[in-house]
Amino acid sequence: MTARDSLLAPLDVTALRRDFPILALKVNSKPLVFLDNAASSQMPQPVIDRWNLYRKAQHANIHRAVHYLSETATAEYEKARHKVQAFINAAEPRECIFTSGTTDGINLVAQGYGRKFFGAGDEIILTTLEHHSNIVPWQMVAEEKGAKIRVVPVNDRGELLVDEYRKLFSKNTRFVALTHVSNALGTITPVREMIAIAHEHGVPVLVDGAQAAPHLKVDVQALDCDFYAFSGHKLCGPTGIGVLYGKAALLEKMQPFKGGGDMILSVTFEKTTYAPIPAKFEAGTPPIGEAITLGAAIDYLTGIGIERIAAHETDLLDYATDRFNRLPGVRLIGTAEKKAAVLSFTLEGVHPHDVGSLLNDDGVAIRTGHHCAQPVMQRFRVPATCRASFAFYNTTAEVDALVDSLVRVQKLFA
Amino acid sequence: MDSRALYQEMILEHNKKPRNWGVLADATHKAEGLNPLCGDHIHVSLKLNGEQVEAVGFEGEACAICKASASMMTVAVKGKSLADAEQMVQEFRDMTTGKLDTAAAPHHLGRLTVFAGVRDLPTRVKCAILPWHTLHAAFAGSDTASTE
Repeated sequence: MTARDSLLAPLDVTALRRDFPILALKVNSKPLVFLDNAASSQMPQPVIDRWNLYRKAQHANIHRAVHYLSETATAEYEKARHKVQAFINAAEPRECIFTSGTTDGINLVAQGYGRKFFGAGDEIILTTLEHHSNIVPWQMVAEEKGAKIRVVPVNDRGELLVDEYRKLFSKNTRFVALTHVSNALGTITPVREMIAIAHEHGVPVLVDGAQAAPHLKVDVQALDCDFYAFSGHKLCGPTGIGVLYGKAALLEKMQPFKGGGDMILSVTFEKTTYAPIPAKFEAGTPPIGEAITLGAAIDYLTGIGIERIAAHETDLLDYATDRFNRLPGVRLIGTAEKKAAVLSFTLEGVHPHDVGSLLNDDGVAIRTGHHCAQPVMQRFRVPATCRASFAFYNTTAEVDALVDSLVRVQKLFA
Repeated sequence: MDSRALYQEMILEHNKKPRNWGVLADATHKAEGLNPLCGDHIHVSLKLNGEQVEAVGFEGEACAICKASASMMTVAVKGKSLADAEQMVQEFRDMTTGKLDTAAAPHHLGRLTVFAGVRDLPTRVKCAILPWHTLHAAFAGSDTASTE
């Protein structure tokens, strides 16, 4: 992959880092080196400010009262929906449903689409790379309906085998759910091609974009995906907010996921008429401040430019991969040609959990464990891995700190 | 707390060369221990002769803290009476959860006090305790133990 498009101006990372108060933290008297961005990323000051403004001067319930605060909160909430629409290039704002996160969005489709349209003997295609949140909701509905799960395998580099995927389709295939970027390995999957293949069979596709949205330009119309789910907190926004994009025609024919206020037109004890989308899928008081703050996070990221972010992260990945390849006793798990800035690895003779604890002594934060992707761990025959995941505010100096810390661990266990 | 203080020579050495490694062919009691969060997974098997622990073995896939704890546990309980071993299980749990100050109060843990520092590392307490939970489960005749 080319390191950087010559048209893109490099990031001034030193200046950007000053936007993130948490990055000045010391851990165990060492500067924090935060390399757990795939789990959750940090919030810059403009986004924190937006949260505070809402709390201080704009909070009330939305879509209800006629007073000033309710009108302001409603307008800001809907403005955030427009920002989401532009961010992923959805055709219409009503195709963007606010959820509590990616998991919530996937459950919404599994229940709202699957429970209505799946039946006995139907087949759902998933991939080996999926996070548990894109496996379990489908298993739940499959069990209820007597449907079956088929799984796309990966090669030793952690790349999906598209030819094998083609062979999984049958007259019974009803749905495909796949990740855009693997959380455990960083693999960028060929979603566009895989969506086109599914559509040749008339099968709709949900894309888990939790790991992709912070790092790649997402264009749901260009992808032609039927659903796309992502989370706010991996996007420098708050927890408790996410987005489910769905094509309007599909969302309209689905059944609601949750019942409650805000999702109805009228209610009697005999019959309830549901509201049109997106309200049909936003029962109850939503996370209003979180949605508005997500809008600010999107502004912040698009202000920098997702392409410039991706270019910087690719540089970091190339630098880190090169340093890791020179380190004896390190095994990289996941070496796909197209990768997001994630390094999953094991140290010979040292359990990942010990690595994580000892790196923390040096102020280096990584994730260790199965990353909620046990099928990936089983495929590569490891119980767990260490995972360093980079954001645009990370530096090559931080990669050096990681490598130095790993060398110290190796010496301790030598 | 700095976790490096916990990775003392004794723990590193038991991690590298675990004692009583393997499953006893003639076990009278067995249990499997799982720490779902980090993936520590061990099997403890033992042979009881009346009220005495005649032999004990373990194997599995685990971090250094868990493996060393298991290895030192097998050394400590081998030859002990069931009651004494259960007493150690209780004391080890109390020490690692901060209920027993081994520097001040009487105990029977001996060298196992190298694990006392784990009480200041909340994410690692489960790793140290898992083998002891599993031993207790084996004594009690249940097949599995979990730290969750």
